[in-house]
Amino acid sequence: MEELLEILRDLHPEVDFETCENLIDAGILDSFDIVSVIAEIGERFDVTISAEKIVPENFNSAKALYHLIQELEDED
Amino acid sequence: MLFTSYEFLGFLAVLLLLYYLVPKRFQWQLLLAASYLFYFLTGPSNLIYILAATVTTYLAGWQIARIGERQSAYLKEHKAELDKEAKKAYKAGMKHKQWLCLLLCLLFNIGVLAVVKYTNFVIGNVNAVFQAVGSGSRLDFLDIALPMGISFFTFQAMGYLIDVYRGVVPAERNPFKLALFVSFFPQLVQGPISRFGDLAVSLFEQHRFDGRTVSFGLQRVLWGFFKKLVIADRMLVGVNAIVRNPESYSGAYVFLGMLFYALELYADFTGGIDITIGVAETLGIRVTENFIRPYFSKSIKEYWRRWHITMGTWFTDYIFYPISVCKPMLKFSRFSRAHFGEQIGKRMPVYLSSFAVWFATGIWHGASWNFIVWGLANWVVIMVSQEFEPLYERFHNRFAVRGKMSFRLFQVVRTVLLMSALRTFDCYRDVPLTFRMFGSIFTEFNWHVLWDGSLLGLGLSLTDFAILLCGVLVLIAVSLWQRSGSVREKLAAKPYPLRFAVWYGLFLVTLLMGAYGVGYDASQFIYNQF
Repeated sequence: MEELLEILRDLHPEVDFETCENLIDAGILDSFDIVSVIAEIGERFDVTISAEKIVPENFNSAKALYHLIQELEDED
Repeated sequence: MLFTSYEFLGFLAVLLLLYYLVPKRFQWQLLLAASYLFYFLTGPSNLIYILAATVTTYLAGWQIARIGERQSAYLKEHKAELDKEAKKAYKAGMKHKQWLCLLLCLLFNIGVLAVVKYTNFVIGNVNAVFQAVGSGSRLDFLDIALPMGISFFTFQAMGYLIDVYRGVVPAERNPFKLALFVSFFPQLVQGPISRFGDLAVSLFEQHRFDGRTVSFGLQRVLWGFFKKLVIADRMLVGVNAIVRNPESYSGAYVFLGMLFYALELYADFTGGIDITIGVAETLGIRVTENFIRPYFSKSIKEYWRRWHITMGTWFTDYIFYPISVCKPMLKFSRFSRAHFGEQIGKRMPVYLSSFAVWFATGIWHGASWNFIVWGLANWVVIMVSQEFEPLYERFHNRFAVRGKMSFRLFQVVRTVLLMSALRTFDCYRDVPLTFRMFGSIFTEFNWHVLWDGSLLGLGLSLTDFAILLCGVLVLIAVSLWQRSGSVREKLAAKPYPLRFAVWYGLFLVTLLMGAYGVGYDASQFIYNQF
């Protein structure tokens, strides 16, 4: 989780990613950020997040995103 | 049939009457019949296109669903004997079959769209190449008319199919219901491009007559007519005078024409969408909003999140993300990080994917170079502002301007000017001419024409200018009021005489000051041609 938070903080140091639960709905993460995060996750966690997984429920909080990464790791 | 025609008003009146009179379980069937009649009236041969899109989409969706069901049944039946790897391989095989169905249908439908929309554009370019190399060969242009709304219903149908493939929505089993989703008549003129998940529920459910809902819908329709007839069609006269006579109108006229066109386009497109959403509302159907006060945006990026929202999200979800996160792109991302450094390298996929999106956005708007250049110009502006973001950040912190009213106003004016400037490609529809005319703003100092009465030669009288000024002020006031909630809701809470005065006043203004008659073009909506 810490590694994911590091990726997110790198993009938006001003946001408290541990508590924020509306990253997409509040427009904190935009489409450019999402693509950067996915590329970074691919590098560090060795999982591929496909386009169909890009839905607000998966990206609204660091927790949800981490859950998605774990799910993809399990699938692999 | 134009929205702004007596035929349409008659059509709507009869439909509303029948819609609330027939047994409720037949309401959606009635809507389907009405939608096909509406589309038939735009040209009987157009029905072939919408039928082809519907049938192919239905069959592909049904097949994707069947493969999914077969997969579930197989996995259930062989649960005990399959290990994790075998299950994964089986799922991948089935997903591939689903992908083939999706691909075939996409190729067919986008292919049809490409043929009817872009064949003559390609032929024109090929002929230009022949001419440039001194060849006497010429290809004949095809005599092919663009069926109304084909870009909209094709994108709507393809969006549905991709969602079925992704498992976002279940495949619609009833072909007639899918036919209604694809052909729902208020959306055929100029969108919005609805998602099946957003529209289907209210489209197919039964609706009881509710005076408030119908009246709210009609109020929105009236507001749309006001924008279209009083502002957009009046402004059209001034815009046409300027852009159709580039030799006579340059310099300050171009600057004015660019602002006129921005206003015309806003009033035309949002007015049309108001009519669409209002008509749907009278039928109890909720259509997705397509605008959130776009000219109040503080940046171009924000503007594109608030203008033609359904097209923007379509391109983001179905083009930008799939390209950005596909395996070759991620591989390219690793390559570019290794070769261009961490900072630039990680941006490369975004640059490339958004280039594809803006190219597609440009060409979606029209088969000509001006639209492609316009799309790519948007891409350049967004990328440049993205790169300058840290610089802006430092500026904002250094001068503590963030949140200040004056700075917000500056940002809004900047967005309006920038977007209006980019739209000049749309006005002149000729790239070199656009550059020449835009350049004349800075080289010809004829600003006196703004106040010496020359503007009255544009075909608009002083009264027209006064009406336009009042219209703009009303638009701004309503937009400001809208920020804290629905204007219609707020008005509904006011005393009856005030409500009556507002709506009856708007009706009279639209009736008496709408741009009709000689010298005015009771025009189709601008986005209808896209």
